[in-house]
Amino acid sequence: MTNTKHTLVALVEDKPGVLNRIASLFRRRSFNIQSLAVGGSEHPGLSRMTTVVVGDSAQVEQVRKQLEKLINVVKVSDITEEDMVARELALIKVKATASTRSEIMQIVDIFRANIVDVAPGSLTVEVTGDEDKLDSLLGLLRDFGIKEVSRTGRIALTRGSSS
Amino acid sequence: MKKTGAQILCESLVKEGVEVIFGILGGAVLPIYDTFPQYPQLRHILVRHEQGAAHAADGYARVTHKAGVCIATSGPGATNLVTGIANAYMDSAPLVAITGQVATPVIGKDAFQETDITGITIPIVKHNYLVTDVAELAKTVKEAFHIAQTGRPGPVLIDIPRDVQQAQKDFVYPDKLDLPGYRVVSRGHPAQIKKAAKLINEAEQPVIIAGRGIIISQAYDGFKEFAEKAQIPVAHTLLGLSSFPGNHILDLGMMGMHGTPCANMAVQNADLLIAIGMRFDDRATGNTKEFAPHARVIHIDIDPAEIGKNIPTEVPVVGDIKNVLTALNEQIERKEHVAWLSQIEQWRYGHPSLEIRQSDELLPQYIIQQIYEATQGDALVVTGVGQNQMWAARYFVYTKPNSLISAGGLGPMGFELPAAMGVKVGCPEEVVWCVAGDGGFQMTIQELATLTQENIAVKIAIINNGYLGMVRQWQELFYGRRYVDTKLWNPDFVKIAEAYDIPGLRVTRREEVIPAIQKAMEYPGAFLIDFLIEPEENIYPIVPPGESLARFFEPSKPEVLEGKL
Ligand SMILES: Cc1ncc(C[n+]2csc(CCOP(=O)(O)OP(=O)(O)O)c2C)c(N)n1
Ligand SMILES: [Mg+2]
Repeated sequence: MTNTKHTLVALVEDKPGVLNRIASLFRRRSFNIQSLAVGGSEHPGLSRMTTVVVGDSAQVEQVRKQLEKLINVVKVSDITEEDMVARELALIKVKATASTRSEIMQIVDIFRANIVDVAPGSLTVEVTGDEDKLDSLLGLLRDFGIKEVSRTGRIALTRGSSS
Repeated sequence: MKKTGAQILCESLVKEGVEVIFGILGGAVLPIYDTFPQYPQLRHILVRHEQGAAHAADGYARVTHKAGVCIATSGPGATNLVTGIANAYMDSAPLVAITGQVATPVIGKDAFQETDITGITIPIVKHNYLVTDVAELAKTVKEAFHIAQTGRPGPVLIDIPRDVQQAQKDFVYPDKLDLPGYRVVSRGHPAQIKKAAKLINEAEQPVIIAGRGIIISQAYDGFKEFAEKAQIPVAHTLLGLSSFPGNHILDLGMMGMHGTPCANMAVQNADLLIAIGMRFDDRATGNTKEFAPHARVIHIDIDPAEIGKNIPTEVPVVGDIKNVLTALNEQIERKEHVAWLSQIEQWRYGHPSLEIRQSDELLPQYIIQQIYEATQGDALVVTGVGQNQMWAARYFVYTKPNSLISAGGLGPMGFELPAAMGVKVGCPEEVVWCVAGDGGFQMTIQELATLTQENIAVKIAIINNGYLGMVRQWQELFYGRRYVDTKLWNPDFVKIAEAYDIPGLRVTRREEVIPAIQKAMEYPGAFLIDFLIEPEENIYPIVPPGESLARFFEPSKPEVLEGKL
């Protein structure tokens, strides 16, 4: 079986220690995760967690079932095969001089990204999109010299009325 | 009327039907202990080490089918429970462990005897709680018992800071649970059951692998009906022993590393495996790549995460075994499997390593067999870990349901004595034999004091080979007979027992075995027999680690070990 990226979306109770239980499970069972993002959901008291797991489908099914066994985890779905919207946000602090600044701004425009901070030697860019878009922007900005990057990891929802 | 957290805890325990608590006190649980006298219906048994409290509660739970309760103070008391909690987790025993914690204002400040026991136990509990508000306490206890005892049972820990034990609140025991993330599937899916029945009806060489899930579900009758109706032979995991009569014609005994040749050969040659309430532990399967190469697999278990974890499964049935078997029994056809069963009979015989040698030596197999003869199987056998455990598994005939209590998944030496104590407390009418290793016995030997203080009549048989025997056997077979640090200097166990006010006997010769066992059985209280056995006796057959089950080694088949050094 082949290793691919799977997107798991979970509803988890918003209680102290829940992330610790989830992280502990990934570590203990040697599950390979690429990203993990948690935040509020439409249900009070429940958070939505998106995690990207790398593995073959049997391994990922194990991850899903083990996660679901945690008492504080309400539901876990593997939405990889479903029609979904997936986004990631990145903040990129790039070196900028008087001569490179306008070129950077052009690139940022093409990516429909925003400049959120301007300082004497740098610009900070905010970009949203799928991972490929973020990767290509980062690739282009690398030539100018990247000072810092912070990425959120993927968040995802299925499209339309399915839930 | 307001009650303290400690009283609320005790009230809740009473509501849950708790009768016995095993524990040791300390500063962080003093408020709880201080309220015990107000609740005489809660019997507290003072152990000599918290590991003993956890194993005793585990043993109690396994034979009563309700949660065992243990209690310990914060810090060292709590960490001493860890082995026992991990053991209950591996073997799916319902356990509620209560620990005291330092007061909430000093949590996180490295206060005296503060340890993060909820953090420590995350990977070895079904769930755990740190209760920081007395208003949450009753609800937490209710949830803890529910989680521990339902679905696939397991340990739940409740950590209660001292100030929460002292805080006051009205006591209201909730009658509803609010656990949105906890669901137990108890009925098998009808379509899956139908598929399973079809495979069973078509199979020519089916084998059942019986695990402890059958015992947990108390599905003995439905299981017997199942095996008999379809005439399917039954191989057991270690913990599946005593789920089916060991003297039944369809019984193959234990499979796995020290399994019987017929169980292992049957599994390896099966065209269909019906795995029931088991989890394909590597000690049972041997090399998974070469495991049962011709078999399609039906896996019945209440835990969906066990399906496909170690062995690919064609037909999973998730549900309570008792319910699933009831449904399945209606759909399976009567079969005879004449050719298959006669093939299996051939595998039963011709293995000298299974037989008890006629010799003057004091052999452990003979001792276990004589305990069986003396009790006629009407006893609960609690084992240690190592060779003694395997001899107890193989040479006692388990005809009584749920009569083998052993630590299978974790294998902690020292389980035997405290677990036997809990078993006897849970089933005071039963005869309880503790089959101990001389090594393991010394890991929890201090519980002899608890036996005497609480008048718990456990019969102890030390299988004394003067070695960490199982490890010595591996050194003999796999490390060129280099016995590095496995030889034990042992104390005089009979004198030790005497010092604890427990009578005992030393047995060195075969003819003393039966009278000694008789004497132990006739004596009304706890009794210890120190059997000085043949020191280098081995347990055979053995499937070398990493080998397929078909390649079991017996002294008559030296080629299996070639190249293993
Ligand atoms: C707590 C613990 N430490 C170490 C081991 C590794 N181990 C497995 S069996 C064994 C030997 C046990 O010796 P004994 O209790 O005398 O039993 P025997 O095998 O001799 O019957 C050891 C050391 C273990 N299972 N548990
Ligand atoms: Mg020994």
